[in-house]
Amino acid sequence: MKTSPVIALVGNPNAGKSSLFNQLTGLRQKTGNFPGVTVDKKSGPWSIDAHTEAIVVDLPGVYSIYPKSLDEQIVTDILANPEHPDYPDVAVVVVDASNLRRNLLLFTQVADLGVPVVLALNMLDVAQKQHQEVNAVRLAMRLGVPVVRINARSGEGLEPLKKAVVTQLNAPALPRQLFFDPAEQVGELIADTKGSYQLENNYLALQYVIQHDGFSFLDQQQRRGLDRIIDRYQFREPEFQASETITRYQRIADVMADAVVDRRPIDQPTWSQRLDRILLHPVWGYAIFGFIMLLIFQAIFAWAQPFMDAIDSGVAWLNGTLKEQLPEGPLTDLLTDGVLAGIGGILVFIPQIAFLFFLIALLEESGYMSRVMVIMDRIMRKFGLNGRSVVPLISGVACAVPAIMATRSIGTRRDRLITILVTPLMSCSARLPIYTILIALVVPKQQVLGFFNLQGLALMGLYLLGLVSALLSAYVLKLVLRSKERSFFIMELPTFKLPRWNHVGLTVWESVRSFVWEAGRVILAISIVLWVLASYGPGDAIEQAENRVRQQNPGLSGESLDNQIASQRLEASYAGHFGHFIEPAIKPLGYDWKIGIALLSSFAAREVFVGTMSTIYSIGSGDDDGTTIRERLLTERNPDTGGPMYTPALSFSLLVFYVFAMMCMSTLAATQRETRSWKWPAVQLVYMSILAYVAAFLTYQALS
Amino acid sequence: MSKRSVADLKIGERAIIRSFNDQLMSLKLLEMGCLPGAEVCLHCKAPLGDPICLNVSGYCLSMRRSEAATILIDN
Repeated sequence: MKTSPVIALVGNPNAGKSSLFNQLTGLRQKTGNFPGVTVDKKSGPWSIDAHTEAIVVDLPGVYSIYPKSLDEQIVTDILANPEHPDYPDVAVVVVDASNLRRNLLLFTQVADLGVPVVLALNMLDVAQKQHQEVNAVRLAMRLGVPVVRINARSGEGLEPLKKAVVTQLNAPALPRQLFFDPAEQVGELIADTKGSYQLENNYLALQYVIQHDGFSFLDQQQRRGLDRIIDRYQFREPEFQASETITRYQRIADVMADAVVDRRPIDQPTWSQRLDRILLHPVWGYAIFGFIMLLIFQAIFAWAQPFMDAIDSGVAWLNGTLKEQLPEGPLTDLLTDGVLAGIGGILVFIPQIAFLFFLIALLEESGYMSRVMVIMDRIMRKFGLNGRSVVPLISGVACAVPAIMATRSIGTRRDRLITILVTPLMSCSARLPIYTILIALVVPKQQVLGFFNLQGLALMGLYLLGLVSALLSAYVLKLVLRSKERSFFIMELPTFKLPRWNHVGLTVWESVRSFVWEAGRVILAISIVLWVLASYGPGDAIEQAENRVRQQNPGLSGESLDNQIASQRLEASYAGHFGHFIEPAIKPLGYDWKIGIALLSSFAAREVFVGTMSTIYSIGSGDDDGTTIRERLLTERNPDTGGPMYTPALSFSLLVFYVFAMMCMSTLAATQRETRSWKWPAVQLVYMSILAYVAAFLTYQALS
Repeated sequence: MSKRSVADLKIGERAIIRSFNDQLMSLKLLEMGCLPGAEVCLHCKAPLGDPICLNVSGYCLSMRRSEAATILIDN
């Protein structure tokens, strides 16, 4: 036996694969990537005997070995390639006993590929409630593989599973014959393929023939060779694949007749089905969905607020303490105003992200999310999207990066691409501080119609603007991006279940961790670069600026002198020069060079905007609650008109700009990773920038 | 005689799948357990009547009307 054998968990979605994975690995699991692709790979150690720690890999849920989406491709890519680093020594196929027929289809395919398998029979309790009795011994005899009864939720049956896996590792026992042997029908084709590609297994040879375009481990020459084999035997792939599926199901029906007793009463709707009548109801369905959306917004904006305030003041306190304790100098400045301010800007979003993913995980765990996809599909389709686009769009309200990663379940390439391209238009949590400050500046705190707050309505308006523009952009993209590929929406509606709290917890932890780590690194780097650009200027320009202030304002002292100096230093710095440089371009939008610096600094991460504004307007550090920024902005004068700088026209123009502008390096990086091309992030950047510029221009010109 | 498809079913109506009229779509549907000879029952429809939810081979499967129209049934 190898020192660290690989055990893969394979199974249909909703078969309990993840539950089993969590039972086996607990908190020792980690998320990484499969080599060469960005599909999340969950793996973790599992001690199978005193000396051996196996590595358990949780493969994405699939219905068959023929993939329908990017997630699913990886399963076939691994199981058909014994050279793959994640190729399992034993595959544990988890099947839902209450839905055995469909689950066995995948099982028979995996077994036929020649991987040593253990069949883990899960959800027997559910089957029993539905009056189905599954005889595990008969099943094992008929299929010729070890069968273990488990309960992945409660953790029963893990010891027998371990024993079965160890036995398979020590002496792999394969079924005597293939469940479906393609050589029975196309013997010459299979023999030819086996000979040319040194394969042992008939079914693997068939997969080479049918799926070679999708196999990343074959090179161009090998693929062309397989095309020639197909031509030579005039092999018709779709017909053969259809007859394979039908034959497998016929044989599975024989096995089931022998091993399963089904006493399900006919015509009795389960409570899941009764619930569906309400949740998919033309009126109640949308009403309930609307209510749940409202709840999510409430959670992100109201419930998360106290936690965000606490983090904010905690960071401010730490910043102040460090400044007092450490000796003054550029290093201290870099640590406090550069690094710590950057870290604070990341940490403050944790409560919102945690709440959002907590609620989304609840919806997914319970099975409600699939119902949302069903009721939204028709509407989404009109805009070139898919029912499955709903989850990314909702997640986009917290952060576009995980939202873009969530598009992998969309099977159609074009639907997925459009979803990726428009998701950043959903107003993410990083825009919220900008919205808050600018709205407070120009929208009066007033009650309308008794209970609506005018500022709240303005905020909601901005979110709606984001949503509507996302849908309209999708519509335009649908007209531009032509595709021969057909969009499809064939999806299992899982039965409703109680959420597994450890899963929910793990999801929240994982999303927060990856946000802090992935987005955090970028934001941190930019904060440092920005700090350097704002602290240094060409030659001794900065020192000159400081001296000039001291000479011109001999009466000033203390904080107001410091503020004046800081402001003049900034204007003389590299960042200040850049602000002046781009001023002509942003003048039509109503912006001056100071806002230009803020735009530049927030170009890579929009959440930097507020911090830069406080630096530019030289507000002493530590005032993070926004009120002081607001007061300072209110008194800012426009040098050309003499009136207030932050007129409603300018503020709304800036708000609209931030609704549309693609100012997030992490999102562009995510788009690049997910589309595996530089073209689409470039398209995204260009179209959103044009949209932002034009919309801000129109807003400013219309209002001023 | 016009051929009926799953898209023509009324809520609660049962039918036996006879064949498919779209090969590529049929590959996906077959794998999900929509087999010739299998019984399907229209369980419910989304608002606006599309997508629809079917009970087939012991579970609930949702699909668009256009996809359901490729599954032909016995009259």
